[in-house]
Amino acid sequence: MQEFFEKLLAPWPWYIAGTIIGLIVPGLLIIGNKTFGISSNLRHICAACFPANIPFFKYNWKKETWNLFFVGGIIAGAFIANTYLSNPNNLVVNAQLKSTLSAWNIHDFNHLLPNDLFSFQALATPRGFILMVVGGFLVGFGTRYANGCTSGHSIMGLSNLQWPSLVATICFMLGGFIMTNLILPFILQMK
Amino acid sequence: MSTINTQNNQQELLDETSACINHSDKKENSFGLLKYSLVGIVFGIVFVKAEIISWFRIQEMFRLQSFHMYGVIGTAVTVGALSVALIKKFKVKTIQGEEIVIVKKKFTKGQVYGGLMFGLGWAMTGACPGPLFAQIGAGVGSIVVVIASALAGTWTYGLLKEKLPH
Repeated sequence: MQEFFEKLLAPWPWYIAGTIIGLIVPGLLIIGNKTFGISSNLRHICAACFPANIPFFKYNWKKETWNLFFVGGIIAGAFIANTYLSNPNNLVVNAQLKSTLSAWNIHDFNHLLPNDLFSFQALATPRGFILMVVGGFLVGFGTRYANGCTSGHSIMGLSNLQWPSLVATICFMLGGFIMTNLILPFILQMK
Repeated sequence: MSTINTQNNQQELLDETSACINHSDKKENSFGLLKYSLVGIVFGIVFVKAEIISWFRIQEMFRLQSFHMYGVIGTAVTVGALSVALIKKFKVKTIQGEEIVIVKKKFTKGQVYGGLMFGLGWAMTGACPGPLFAQIGAGVGSIVVVIASALAGTWTYGLLKEKLPH
């Protein structure tokens, strides 16, 4: 029993996480004919709060309220995990990544996100501002332009063997590789 | 199979512009909607416990320094694909007795341009939209700024949609 709790509190392995996430696909279909996706919520929130007479935001978003309930659950679940199931040990970060980032003046390796880059104080630094504000904008714009995110395309779309989702997933990964390896080094070294 | 395909085509005409839409005709009250919150809670716990919401895990993925995220996404797709195949083969119905409908995705150039843009943003924020919400739940309050900016991005897309190549 004690071993079970130790495993529960330690970081979960990929095969457990992947299996549970994969089961959300049939889960949502069976409990209410819903296709798995998250980024559409950003559109629903725009449609509900700032439609501004833009045709793209004039639709019956109330029919999609389930998706907002789903996201509400994600926030609650993350809170529960962080409050009651938190890992008693330090975060393990790849040694090579750690030394690269240390050289770029990133020193917080104890949180899921480094304080040096993601905090209200970091927002006032050029690199923090670029990561949080420009990065966030690209996520919101890009997912809607691509018509889905990692959930809707990479997991739901690929599960249903949709080739447009494969194209989208390849582009997500390509964009990520380009940013991480070619652009981010310059952003992170900004004073 | 054929009946599912015909329905897919009909649904496609209904809404081509949303990746995830509600295919149920049944109206649900707030109590009924809470079951989606329960699924969300499970998802949120996994996001935190498997450290999927960590900026470091995403950096490791794009630097090929860890297998973790590839394992998570690969397993999720495998389990998801097997489930969808079984649902189609056995014509599984929803708990309300409706036929299950999965909308087909239409290819547009947006999947390339938008996909690349999202990829750039994903590596910067270390989060796709799901993890952004989970980061708030996990107590990283400043992520409200990232979400506000993501909303601004979605809104700007809506504004410029007709002028963009699709």
